[in-house]
Amino acid sequence: MRPFDYRRADDARSAVAALDERPDAMYLGGGTNLVDLMRLGVASPELLVDVTRISSSAIEESRDGGLLIGAGVRNSDLTSDPLVRLRHPMLVQAVLAGASGQIRNMATVGGNLLQRTRCSYFQDVSKPCNKRLPGSGCPAREGDHRNLAIMGYSGSCVATHPSDMAVALAALGAIVHVEGRRGPRTVPMPGLHRLPGDEPDRDTVLEPGDLITAVEVPALSFATRSHYRKVRDRASFAFAVVSVAVALDVADGVVRDCRIALGGVAHVPWRAELAEEALRGSPATATEFTRAAEEELAQARPLRDNGFKVPLARNVLVRTLIDLAEAS
Amino acid sequence: MTTTAAAYVGSTMDRVEGLEKVTGQARYAFEHSPRDLAYAVPVPAAVARGEVRSIDVDAVVQLPGVIAAIWHGNAPRLSTPENAELAVLQSSRVAYRGQYIAIVVAETLQEAREAAQRLRVEYDAEPHDVELRVDHPEMYRPDHVNPNYPTDTELGDPDAAFAAAPVVVDAMYSTPAEHNNPMEPQATVAVWDGDGLTLYDSNQGASAVRDTLAPLFGLPPENIRVISPHVGGGFGSKAAPKPSVVAAALAAKQVGRPVKLAVTRQQMFAVTGYRTPTIQRVRLGADTDGRLTAIMHEAFEQSSRIHEFAEQTTTPTRMMYAAPNRRTTHRLVRLDVPTPSYMRAPGEAPGMFALESAMDELAVACKIDPVELRIRNDPAADPESGLPFSSRNLVACLREGARRFGWADRDPAPGVRRRGRWLIGTGVASSTYPTYRVASQATARCEPDGTFTVRIAASDIGTGARTALTQIAADELRTSPDRVRVGIGDSAMPSAMVAGGSMGTASWGTAVVRACQELMEELDRRAGEVPATGLETSADTSEEIGAQRRFARHAFGAQFAEVAVDADTGETRVLRLLGGFAAGRIINPKTARSQFIGGMTMGLSMALMEESLMDDEFGDYLNHDFAQYHIAACADVRDVDAFWVEEDDPHLNPMGSKGIGEIGIVGTAAAVANAVYHATGVRIRDLPIRLDKLVR
Repeated sequence: MRPFDYRRADDARSAVAALDERPDAMYLGGGTNLVDLMRLGVASPELLVDVTRISSSAIEESRDGGLLIGAGVRNSDLTSDPLVRLRHPMLVQAVLAGASGQIRNMATVGGNLLQRTRCSYFQDVSKPCNKRLPGSGCPAREGDHRNLAIMGYSGSCVATHPSDMAVALAALGAIVHVEGRRGPRTVPMPGLHRLPGDEPDRDTVLEPGDLITAVEVPALSFATRSHYRKVRDRASFAFAVVSVAVALDVADGVVRDCRIALGGVAHVPWRAELAEEALRGSPATATEFTRAAEEELAQARPLRDNGFKVPLARNVLVRTLIDLAEAS
Repeated sequence: MTTTAAAYVGSTMDRVEGLEKVTGQARYAFEHSPRDLAYAVPVPAAVARGEVRSIDVDAVVQLPGVIAAIWHGNAPRLSTPENAELAVLQSSRVAYRGQYIAIVVAETLQEAREAAQRLRVEYDAEPHDVELRVDHPEMYRPDHVNPNYPTDTELGDPDAAFAAAPVVVDAMYSTPAEHNNPMEPQATVAVWDGDGLTLYDSNQGASAVRDTLAPLFGLPPENIRVISPHVGGGFGSKAAPKPSVVAAALAAKQVGRPVKLAVTRQQMFAVTGYRTPTIQRVRLGADTDGRLTAIMHEAFEQSSRIHEFAEQTTTPTRMMYAAPNRRTTHRLVRLDVPTPSYMRAPGEAPGMFALESAMDELAVACKIDPVELRIRNDPAADPESGLPFSSRNLVACLREGARRFGWADRDPAPGVRRRGRWLIGTGVASSTYPTYRVASQATARCEPDGTFTVRIAASDIGTGARTALTQIAADELRTSPDRVRVGIGDSAMPSAMVAGGSMGTASWGTAVVRACQELMEELDRRAGEVPATGLETSADTSEEIGAQRRFARHAFGAQFAEVAVDADTGETRVLRLLGGFAAGRIINPKTARSQFIGGMTMGLSMALMEESLMDDEFGDYLNHDFAQYHIAACADVRDVDAFWVEEDDPHLNPMGSKGIGEIGIVGTAAAVANAVYHATGVRIRDLPIRLDKLVR
């Protein structure tokens, strides 16, 4: 690991100013991903600005019934919060499905959103990677991509976003609060992360120096009936092969509303808008669920070795919808 | 002097070093820090084949803290080793990606790592070939397979018998490359004192490290001392010295200071050996009642360009089941890959996956219960050598295992049992591992105060060997274990074979027993009088082991697995694993149980998860960390249990024991795969059984 400077920020404004001055600087939250990347030589900031003391670790209820989750909230604290547990079970399930207890004790909500891909080529500095070193190439396309994207990828990058939490937040339509050079602003969740296009090195729409200060989860009454299901290669400690976050509102056997996002399939937590649209107003039956899932997945263009993710995503989505419909 | 009639062999005893380990007092190789220490970080080759054209060492020696950058242009010369993997920095050739091509030494580990990362190397790269395939034009027949078995065997006319058989199985199976990942990666602290070299090293045999390194550095063996009292696992990866120990010694020599070198987890995937991938064809011919008439087993494997390691994949098929017509073969291809090496039950583990999967397929084809099929084909004597078995209790393991597992009510129909969203199935497989011992030496000593010290350069890699030897010695010395100190893990002690091949306890134990018997006889002659300076005896078992009668000596076992497969996703979870073993006399039930269930856990991991992915473009194993190379974790291991059938086998060694380190893994992968077939109706012949092979 390269030697680096370390500074603890006093407030958000000075943190942003620090990064503005030093383009070689990065924010440090829980460090559960960044420090690994520094050890691997993937990230080599010369200054770390520790934001853990200035980031809010509070979870507050807003007047309209939504939740404002401070960026500094530890993942494990998020999962034990009574309000979150009651209103957004799938968010709790998603966070609990990720990492280990020890890592969840360190990881923060803000940092979790900014996790970088676990594509093997990205993590190995002895190999090319357009995300790590723009213009160097993408060996994953012809190499190992079993666990990489089936949707929304480009010729220059087929990586997937690794976060579980972000999938649930994308389904919930969360709004990210950001402090930037020009002051505070908000970024709606499906829209924070970006598809690779020809700039795969940019994971999100955030600008240099932008600091995530909070995540707002709007009120969504039927999210009390929601579920996050993660499919992985072993029973624990593994990134999703495919995951789904689903909230379902069924009345009299008809889908009134739903929220669906997929993980492990794209460069972003994939909000399944086509499936959502297909389901609204449809009978809550296995046939309709399958039709909706297939409509969403018709966009899939799997790579040589990850075609199995298409039926896998379909099956998991359909099963999760059936389970939620039966429970309601 | 206290004498006691208690038999400590066969009784449960806690590890003698348990307290040291759990309190952190036990020192491992990396925890030795002599004065004036420097840190070495090796630089891996970034091409899979070619020549190092230039290395810009001048640039990195300017970096803060850097003491030296060593490469083939300035490295100390070594004698040519038998295994070219150990000719560290002796030539500009690159045999595989990840091979050490330079070593950076610095004042701190961070400085050394940073400098190693910045070292600029230019190569003349050549096209590489890293893909194992059956029809590879360079596939050849090695002279022998590990350690010294015939490459091929044949008996009767297997082709004709197979062609005439009313029931046949003819299937291809494959197992991937797999990497040993002990908790403690290889690590060495090397200290030169003139022509004397001391190595604090993590290995499976201090004597072997000394004997391999001495000629390499042109030293008499007595000038090298290898100290390794505690070793955090090995599973075979530390059975023979790897490039890292040579690199540490070489770096220390170059800089004239003690040097510490630890292999990183990532680097383990290139330089510490691995289980070769295999492709296997098994053909079984049988009567309609399941009696085998023909067995044919062909294995295709890889080795590196620089060293031949030919794994003995089909050897268990030579003695497992009766059949008058049989053939086993091994073929090897040398690729631009790291050299494969020992990994828990080399040969037996992948070989028995294929054979025991094929036996399950035969049971299905014959409509015979798979337990019954195996019993029906149990041979009276070793089918190929004709030698009598010293003891063979496979049938007892199968029957008792079936009883404990609840096999009797099994519905043979595949893919029909559902519990919620899970498909449920059960499977069985046999296991076996050869029982050998190798000559070793030991000393036994008694003091006037009635305490004893036994010394042998044995190695405890976490198996409980130190404890087992203490029990063995206590019985022979007719005293209690708390009066016996067993010294191991130091090449200054009497030479011992490595902890490997499930031979450690049998080999060391024999030497310990003989040394202790000598001592007791000497004490008897002196009527129990111990001189003030103490009394010491020694033993060397070369003659005894050379003179032992020929028997087919093997341990046996049977594995039973219950699995659940998610009908929507293909996720497979092992609900229950039960292993029954016949492995002679069990010296310590507590540590033995750990060995059995540990091996079975590794077998579960082999069945469902482990796979080192070769990247064809770059020619290296890509998934080189624990986030990507999946090993069974706590949540994957639910209910694993083992029992044993005690054997009284007089043809083994003074303890009557068989090795138990490796038999636990053998057969487990097949038992799981057979259970997956029973659950789903889908036969997976290529490990690991990941969900992508089952999702529909």
